[in-house]
Amino acid sequence: MLFLLFFALPIGYTVYLSLRRTKVSGLGLGKGSRQEVWAGADNLTAAVADGELWAGWLRVVGYGALVLVVMLGLALLFALLLDSAHARLARFSRIAIFLPYAVPGVVASLLWGFLYLPSLTPIGGVDFLGATAVTYSMANVAVWGGTGFNMLVLYTNLKAIPRSYYEAARIDGASELAIALRVKIPLLVPAIVLTTVFSLIATVQVFTEPTTLRPFSNTISSTWSPLMKVYRDAFVTGDLYSAAATSLVIAAVSLVVSFGFLRVVRGRAFGEVR
Amino acid sequence: MPTTRLALAALLAVTLAAGCSGGGGTPAPEPEAAAPAGPVTLTYWTWAPNMDKIAQVWNAANPDITVTVSKQAGGDDAAAKFLTAAKAGNAPDLVQAEYQHLPSFVAADAVADLAADAAALKGEYAEGLWGLVTLGTDGVYAIPQDSGPMMLYYRKDLFEKYGVEVPKTWADYAEAARTVHEADPKVYLGSFSSKDPGWFAGLAQQAGAQWWSISGDAWKVGIDDAATTKVAEFWGGLVAEGVIDDQPYFTPEWNKALNDGTQLSWPSAVWGPGVLESNAPDGKGKWAVAPLPQWTAGENVSGFWGGSSTAISAGSKNRAAALKFATWLNTDQAALDLLVKEAFIYPAAAKGQTSLGDPPAYFAESQPDFWQQAATIGTTARGFTFGPNVGVTYNAYKDGFDKALKDKAPFATAVKTMQDATVADMRKSGFTLAG
Repeated sequence: MLFLLFFALPIGYTVYLSLRRTKVSGLGLGKGSRQEVWAGADNLTAAVADGELWAGWLRVVGYGALVLVVMLGLALLFALLLDSAHARLARFSRIAIFLPYAVPGVVASLLWGFLYLPSLTPIGGVDFLGATAVTYSMANVAVWGGTGFNMLVLYTNLKAIPRSYYEAARIDGASELAIALRVKIPLLVPAIVLTTVFSLIATVQVFTEPTTLRPFSNTISSTWSPLMKVYRDAFVTGDLYSAAATSLVIAAVSLVVSFGFLRVVRGRAFGEVR
Repeated sequence: MPTTRLALAALLAVTLAAGCSGGGGTPAPEPEAAAPAGPVTLTYWTWAPNMDKIAQVWNAANPDITVTVSKQAGGDDAAAKFLTAAKAGNAPDLVQAEYQHLPSFVAADAVADLAADAAALKGEYAEGLWGLVTLGTDGVYAIPQDSGPMMLYYRKDLFEKYGVEVPKTWADYAEAARTVHEADPKVYLGSFSSKDPGWFAGLAQQAGAQWWSISGDAWKVGIDDAATTKVAEFWGGLVAEGVIDDQPYFTPEWNKALNDGTQLSWPSAVWGPGVLESNAPDGKGKWAVAPLPQWTAGENVSGFWGGSSTAISAGSKNRAAALKFATWLNTDQAALDLLVKEAFIYPAAAKGQTSLGDPPAYFAESQPDFWQQAATIGTTARGFTFGPNVGVTYNAYKDGFDKALKDKAPFATAVKTMQDATVADMRKSGFTLAG
């Protein structure tokens, strides 16, 4: 029942909206000159055929590759360092790295936005919001905000690994580095897969960073990411129906990407668990 | 459990059906002809500062009609929010509507036609302003509140320092831009903003553009007309030359430039003092105003940037009461005084001019006759009819000029983008287009 009410119903309504459109007659001013009519699959085909949407996907793929590699790499590195026997100030570092996650995305983007602005930035010589740098600048915000959370997930998983494994490895003569590479990382693979899937979904839905930074710069268009296009269609240009159709396309891509990824890694990641 | 599932399916079907009829634009309930008995409460969406104080004055005098002000963020987002609320059936009774968004509100059937009761107010306003709320039809869709004739704000002290005269024509402006930037490469005379379509529309109005017009039963879209293209290419040339900045307005970057004297002028509207006061506090007593530079020497015309009206939503159950408040707010002498003093607006009603007394504190030293200047310039401003999909056009402006700046393309391409996007959207919706 709850599933239907909060899950199926909104989706059903979105599908319904995506099949409708407004039809205006004449000047479209007086009463009754605007009607809602069936559009069939027109909105969906238009959404799929829209070059702007795919250009947006392309931008997001570049951005996502950056974010995923850097953020998860850093998260894994920090988790391993914190878990290693030599870590000093572990508790402090853990909180310090996690803290940015507690900062809301809009605030984080504004914060970094101010640091990026040429006349306000303490780092001279780089145009952070220029055409080439802007993707890196946005990825940086996401990495800054997301690393701590992913690190914590990985770190918690590391803590759950019985210490006796490490002792056995040490008796066999393995160094800390070898333990990390040969023992910890293989055991962490399911957690890494989980964080990757979460990050993938978050990347497909990237919206906050580009939207917040857009007023600062000439280089981010209103359709920079697919979700921004949905927002624009629904609330700026007032075409709820196209927006609904585009959302469906995004949902489909999101599903394909995350399940595709799971399918590819399933054999390897969970093979030994089975 | 087949029964539960059946019930759920039925529920889904009913909800979908409800969605059908809701989205299908059910005609708004006709308002009661007579003022409703008993006290009513009206909600009012506005972003004018201190409007709650002004509403309190009304509430104290009219215990039967209580107005609750709900403060909104201004700009295009406010229009989107109102349209969405109207569609969802929970729009406020009264809404502050910028002139350029009013046609979209009318087209979406979101605001009431007040022609039957408000036509008498016509005499309170200049003809051009009244046209903005009638859209050139027989209807009256809102009551004008303020207007935004454009003028040139400039740093008096720094103009003297760099030895430039106040530009009389746009050619003078270009020359001054070169002089200033040559004297100090960090300093710009002004900036071209790719984020402020309203600003560009005002400059196009000054040049004589007509972005939309109605001929018979068809819309004519002329955004890429000669006048607009001329304005775009003028600014594009200055940006390409590097003598004008291309920072968007209202960014921290731009604020800083205005404040520390690295940007010397701003072609803006009569509401500029509020912006300067909060964004460039160090410039107090250093800024002055002049008419916009002209395209032809000896001419004297301006355009409008911004300005808004008070509209009553089509779904309001208290239309008569709402109209009473809106009429008081925008045409009563006492209310106009409050609007000027508390909300810092430049009233649209002709008799509001007498409410304008002392200059804004920011200009007290440098331009003591600020309001006289504004009133003179105000009479020279000309507007144009806005179309039913300004949201699309304005969005195309932002994306088009962003792209032109990024690719260093001629600005005329951006104007063409605006025209094409606007026409394509209108055609898709089914509007009748001329030509």
